[in-house]
Parts: sequence; C-alpha cells; structure tokens
Amino acid sequence: MKKSPVFFSLLSIMIFLLSGCGSDDPTKIRIGLIAELTGDMPAVGASCINAAEMAVKEINAAGGFQFGENKYTVELIVEDNAGKADQSVSAAQKLITQKKVVAIVGPNASRYAIPSSEIAETNKVVLITPWSTAPKTTLDSKTNAPKSYVFRSCFIDPFQGQVLAKFALNNLKLNRAAVLYDVASEYNKGIAEIFKEVFEQNGGKVVAFETYTTNDKDFSSQLTKIKKASPQFIFLPNYYSEVPLQIQQAKRLGIKLPFLGSDSWGSEELLKLCGKDCEGFYFSTHYAVDASTEVTKRFIQNYTAAYGTTPDDVAALTYDSFGLLWEALNTAGVKDRQALRDALAKIPKYEGVTGTMQFKEGSGDPIKSAVILKITDGKFTWFANAKP
Amino acid sequence: MTYILQQILNALQLGSIYALIALGYTMVYGILTMINFAHGDLFMVGAFFCFLIAVYLQLPFVPTLMLTMFGVACLGVLIERMAYKPLRAAPRVSAIITALGVGLFLENFTLALSPYPKNIPPLLTDKTWMIGSVTISSLQIIIIALSVSLMLILDFIVQRTKAGMAMRAISWDKTIVPLMGVPVNKIISLTFAIGTGLGGAAGMMYGLAYPVIDPYMGIMVGWKAFISAVVGGIGNVRGAMIGGFILGTVEILVAAFFPSTYRDFVAFTLLLILLIFRPYGILGKPSPQKV
Repeated sequence: MKKSPVFFSLLSIMIFLLSGCGSDDPTKIRIGLIAELTGDMPAVGASCINAAEMAVKEINAAGGFQFGENKYTVELIVEDNAGKADQSVSAAQKLITQKKVVAIVGPNASRYAIPSSEIAETNKVVLITPWSTAPKTTLDSKTNAPKSYVFRSCFIDPFQGQVLAKFALNNLKLNRAAVLYDVASEYNKGIAEIFKEVFEQNGGKVVAFETYTTNDKDFSSQLTKIKKASPQFIFLPNYYSEVPLQIQQAKRLGIKLPFLGSDSWGSEELLKLCGKDCEGFYFSTHYAVDASTEVTKRFIQNYTAAYGTTPDDVAALTYDSFGLLWEALNTAGVKDRQALRDALAKIPKYEGVTGTMQFKEGSGDPIKSAVILKITDGKFTWFANAKP
Repeated sequence: MTYILQQILNALQLGSIYALIALGYTMVYGILTMINFAHGDLFMVGAFFCFLIAVYLQLPFVPTLMLTMFGVACLGVLIERMAYKPLRAAPRVSAIITALGVGLFLENFTLALSPYPKNIPPLLTDKTWMIGSVTISSLQIIIIALSVSLMLILDFIVQRTKAGMAMRAISWDKTIVPLMGVPVNKIISLTFAIGTGLGGAAGMMYGLAYPVIDPYMGIMVGWKAFISAVVGGIGNVRGAMIGGFILGTVEILVAAFFPSTYRDFVAFTLLLILLIFRPYGILGKPSPQKV
C-alpha cells in the first residue's frame, strides 16, 4: 500500500473541493456569468467576460455593498456554454444549485439564452441576458405571459425589425428588398419575419425571402435566386461570422447592391473578416462609440485602457446588465434572490452605457432606443438614432 | 436560361469540393473496409494549414497548395500509424470509434489553439467576367479545374501505375496479396497519404471559396462528402467523383427551384430513393459474403 498517502491526499482534496461547491460564503454576493467563450461566436463571449470582470472589479474597488451591519463583496463565477443549448442549460443549473448565485448574467445569443432562461424561471433566480433580442426569451413558452425572473438590457427584435424596415424605406428610399437568413436560428428568423411584415405594411416589397441553416458556407444558390429577383438592397440579419461570406459570395456573383444588417453585425470581428467588402453598409445596434454621453465615454475609456480594444455592443450591454444588478441590489438592501427580483422589476429609470432603460411593470424588456451605424473606413460610425 | 447556367456553375464548384473529400473516404474504405470518420476534420485541418502558411509564410498559391497537401498527408499517415494500425485486427466497431475520437481530437485541439473564426487572405486576385449575363469568377474556374485535374491524376495513379495496382489488389484480398510480395503497410500508408492529401487540398480550396474558417467546418461537409461516397458506391474511386458532383448539383438545384428551407430535406430524400434502387451506389458492386 505504497500509494495510500497520495490516494488519501487526493481524496481529501476532492472532498474539500466538493464541499466548497455547496457552501455559501456569508461575506460574498455571487453572480453567475454564462458566456459563449468557445463555439461559433467566441468574440461575443470574450467581450462579455471582459465587461463582466470590469464591472465586478469596479464595484469591489468601491467597497462592495453594505446592507445594515453586513458588508459584501461580489464574486463572479464564469461558466462557458461552448455555443451549445444543452450546455447553457447545465451551466445555469450548476450556477443555481451548486454555486448558489444570487443572479445570472448571460447567455448572449437568443438560441442559448432561451433554454437558460427556462431554468432560471423555474428556480426563481434572476437572469439578465445582455444581448438576446428575441421576444421569446422573456416570455413564457406556454402562456406567452412575461416571465417573472428573466430580464434583458437590450431592445427586442420586433423593435429592431421595425427600425430597419422604416430606415430602408424612409432614409435610404429603397422599396424592393431581398432577405437571406438562417432559418434554424431564433434570432435571425424572428427579425427577418418582422422586417418583412413591417416593410410590406409600409409600402415596400420583399422580392426574395431566402433561407439557409446554421453552419452553411455556400449561399451561391440562394444569392443567384436573389439576383434574379432584382432587389434594390439585401437584408442580412445574420451573425458576424456568416455575413462576410454572404457579402463576398454575392460580390463574386456580380451583385453590387447595398446590404443592411442587424445588431449581430456589431463585432470588431466583422471588420477583420470582411475587410473592404463591407464598406458603406448599414446596421442597427445598441450604442455608438462615437456619439456618446458622459457615462458611455467613461466606460469606453476604462474598457479600452484595460483590454486594448474598443468595447462592442455585447461589452456595453453586459456592463449595463451588471449596472442594473447593482442598482437593484442597493434598492433591495438585502442579499436575497426574491428581493433582488422585485427591486429590479421596479427600477424607474437607469442611466446606462447604452442609453436610458426602464422596465414597465411585469415585463423584462426595457424601453430604450436604437442607433443605425454605417461602416466607413473600416470603422463603425454613427449614422442615425431611432426612438421607440 | 442564364439563371440555370449560373446555378450549374455554382453546382460544379460545390460538387468538385464534395468529390475531392469523398475520394478520401472511398480510398480508405476500399483498402481497409473502414470508414475514416476523421476525414472531415482532416479537411478542416487542411484549411487551417492553408491559413497558417498564407498568413505566416506568405507564400503564393502553388507552394501553399503543395505544403498544405503535404502537411495534411503527413498527418493522415501519422494518424493511420498511431491510431488505426494497432486496431487492424480488432473488430470494425473499434476502428470506427477510434476514427470518431481522432476527429473529435482534431476539432478540439484546433479549438483550444484559438476559438476565433479565421479569415484566409485572398491568395488569388479575384476577377469576375460576364459571359452573356452569366457571372464567372476566376476562383470558380480554378477550383473546378484544379479538382478535376487532381481527380484525373488520381484516376491515372489508381488505374495505370504499379502502386495503384497494388492498392486495387489489397482491396480485393488482404490475405493472399501480401504473400505475392506486395508491401501492404507501405501501400496502406500511401493510400492514406493520397486520400488525406486530397482532403487537405479540398480544405484549402473550400477556405479560398468560403474564406471564414472555424474548427467545426469539417463536420457537415464531411458528412455530405461521406454521403457522396456512398451514393457513388463506396470503395469505388470514379463513383466518389460522380457522387460528389451529384450531391452538389442536387443541393444547388433544389435550392434554386424550391424554397431554400427544403434544400437538405429534398436533397437527401432524392439520395435515399436512389439508394433504394441501387443499394451499392451508382458504381458499387455487391460484395458476396465469403464463407
């Protein structure tokens, strides 16, 4: 039995680790973060975790929270969902039952946020998703009533679809649209359908409404079909990793039209992957780096100093999610999941990096405005504002 | 009319890539009666090799292609020696599970290096020409021409050379052929090298045509190429080429004339129907069970 000391020390470490999981440190407020660190959109996860760490560092540097006699610091617990719906569910479960978090921030993409939100709702834990714009995220799948514990810090797709449809008609004066979207992804599908509805209600015509499925790389067939329908512009409500392929293939097929996109374009990665091909195109998003308020300027400055890149919309929205949490915790004045939820739902007006937000009683969707950005000289620049 | 011509051109581009990958599946199956499920991921590695060579060594197109094919071929031989050879006498299932494992390893290894999608710089100046109202890009021509010439070279090797004869002999009978003095291990390695090298070339061309690459890109394309190989008659080299072009054409044409949502559904239904009537694929021959 030579190996026994090693074995016992390993065993004791394991017991220590396991017991560590369940215990709740009385001086800490635990916040869970579920992010897309690996998988098909790692840039989203990276921005999310950067902003989250920054927000937590700032609150702890400012002394954390003081509820009566008790002083708390915030501890951030990060889980990777690997860009998978099932892993998003297990991450939420782990954070709630093992890590005993008070609230969860994330996941970002709607196709991961929706499954996670179901877990948060059943366990009565607040979940704020920074970037999921699909209406379903905050709605109960059976009754269609708003979920009680699920919030977001961004606007929702119907709003974005409306804004873009009206922008194309009124600002760009184009009325023949083609749409190409991922039919297997909640976000893309939702926004494409709403765009079509609003665009046609307001006198436009959608001449081609084409689809593909996630992970497709060849769009030549659909694009050739679109070309034949002779639209005036093409709407691509798709993710930043797919849009460059679609635009480049369109150019190769001789399509020389303007493209329009949604907030899923708003990653610095798009500029890297797309290069000159995306020059001059428009998309709607949550905030503009170059037209900003004091709060936004300070955030951009600190973020750039810490990470060496300008924060994208995911970073800004994650930061705002934490801002909302801090505000709600201060109002609640107690470390309690239910009290936090009640305080959050009643926030009258929050001055965030991405604009002012307000939750109307009962709904987890904030009332806020959008911006339209234009890609000029390899940068995102402010083009127009759109109020709700 | 121009619409159909344009779509046929699209189909040829996609089909030639499927065909190149399908060749890798079919060659390995022909010689070892084993399905190398890691092949789709070797294809992905090919695209990443191309990315690394193009970005860090900044070589032009032809040397990049050579190095990519060579690199992936070496990796293929290495995988065969380390993972598959010890299992040659083991049950077929073990080899298939190992292949799936190797595939997962390659995916996650690449993922661990960097999860970000990469952009392959344009190695060729992309020009587009208008013939009538059909748009042809130089990239399209190069992909189709290069794939077809690689396939012709392969066909020549398999049908006309001594090594090719040895390959065909081994796939015919694995017990007798070694007794005739054929170096079985060498020929198997050569088969792997050629098959995976072609997969690497396909990865590179795919990367040039669809320049955003990620570690999971090989999964779906790998499955489709595998299906092409089965449709053409797995184990048959010419069948794999035909199968690749058929699948590419069906996919593009279905999306061209039906709502694109139905593409995979209609495409695979057609292929299933084809397999009902020709269960061994288009050029495959039924192999009687030897007792």
